[in-house]
Amino acid sequence: MAKVPVQFTLNGSDKAEFVDSGTTLLHALRDKIGDTSPKGGCHQGTCGACSVIIDGELRLSCLTLAETCNGATISTTSGLSESGVLHPLQRAFLDTFATQCGFCTPGMIMAAKVLLDHTPNPSRDEVVEALSGNICRCTGYEPIIQAVLTAARSNSQNAA
Amino acid sequence: MALALQTYATVKDANAALKAAGTRYLGGGTLVVRAANEGDVSVSGLIRSTEPSLSTIAVAGDKVRIGASVTMAAIAHHPDLDALAKAARAVGGPAIRNMATVGGNLFAPAPYGDFAVALLALDATISTDDGDTPIETFLANRDGSRAIVTSVSFTLPKADSFRFLKVSRVKPKGVSVLSIASVLERSPDGTVSSARIALGCMADRPMRAIAAEKALTGRSLTKDSIAPALAAARDGTSPITDPIASAWYRNEVLPVHLGRLLLA
Ligand code: FES
Ligand code: FES
Repeated sequence: MAKVPVQFTLNGSDKAEFVDSGTTLLHALRDKIGDTSPKGGCHQGTCGACSVIIDGELRLSCLTLAETCNGATISTTSGLSESGVLHPLQRAFLDTFATQCGFCTPGMIMAAKVLLDHTPNPSRDEVVEALSGNICRCTGYEPIIQAVLTAARSNSQNAA
Repeated sequence: MALALQTYATVKDANAALKAAGTRYLGGGTLVVRAANEGDVSVSGLIRSTEPSLSTIAVAGDKVRIGASVTMAAIAHHPDLDALAKAARAVGGPAIRNMATVGGNLFAPAPYGDFAVALLALDATISTDDGDTPIETFLANRDGSRAIVTSVSFTLPKADSFRFLKVSRVKPKGVSVLSIASVLERSPDGTVSSARIALGCMADRPMRAIAAEKALTGRSLTKDSIAPALAAARDGTSPITDPIASAWYRNEVLPVHLGRLLLA
């Protein structure tokens, strides 16, 4: 199978790889580039564990082919902390016990980040809607919703 | 197994490449990459086209043309397509809506394809390089269809004449038990002068509730006068059975939800 080049910006740094044509972005990120923060749950577009942000939009990396991302800007949860300091969403997930096994967490955080990037002070309903494509088998969702609302509040306090 | 992807600048070249055995068209990936991930070995090559017209929405007066690669999110956010926003938002969660295309939705097997139910009620026209096809004919023949869908076109419904309802067990995002879309024209006295009702999950693909449409014509939208239409709602249905609901259940609840839609 012929290899194809893929080149994109991942969490602020340039990445270039050769992958088999038809390789999913999830596979390229985890097994080629070594960013294991997006998780492969269902590979069917159902669970949201593989969610990443591509050019500002939430996407499922399990259903996205790596070679369609040439030139794109991609963010994953592993790029959120800065100099060892957790992002407010990561901090809030820990503080409110919104993560148990942690498998859904990177996808949840990406979905929440897109929401807060566009809607810094979301309502509870907006949070529920933003997370509606992400499945969690552990927490019962309520702590996750609280974590996102907490992160939004801490963001707006920092901005004030 | 990896799939080879070939990208073409024009639909014409992509159509030519699709003649090869084992090839499928790649839109947003939510159907075809899903199938490949699931181990569907009938897919060995993917073809896509980046022709810009595939990604544009054009609204001129009440005429709408939506390129086949336009996503559900783009429809939901378009200022002139308010009437359809609810149907576009019924598809998947936010990430799926950023990927799933209007062209792909026409091929989504039940319980998916809620937006195509809306397009069926709107009597949309489906365009390919081979010409235009009414949506009903298109859906009936979709399994054998090879030509790339380039756009869907329809006339925007008059204010309040379009209604859409998706029933799911999980809120706000869940797979359909069923979905219903209707376009109801009303006479000045409030009676229904023409009705188009489309159903999702009541067959393997969106279907019209023709008997219910007939029974509704000339009636006003009150509990008593819609009763014959509700009684006729199951005519010709053969719903799917899946982990969400059995065929029996879908048939049982269809009149209830149709009633709610009509009386809303
Ligand atoms: S792994 Fe992508 S949605 Fe589940
Ligand atoms: S924390 Fe385990 S799936 Fe969400």
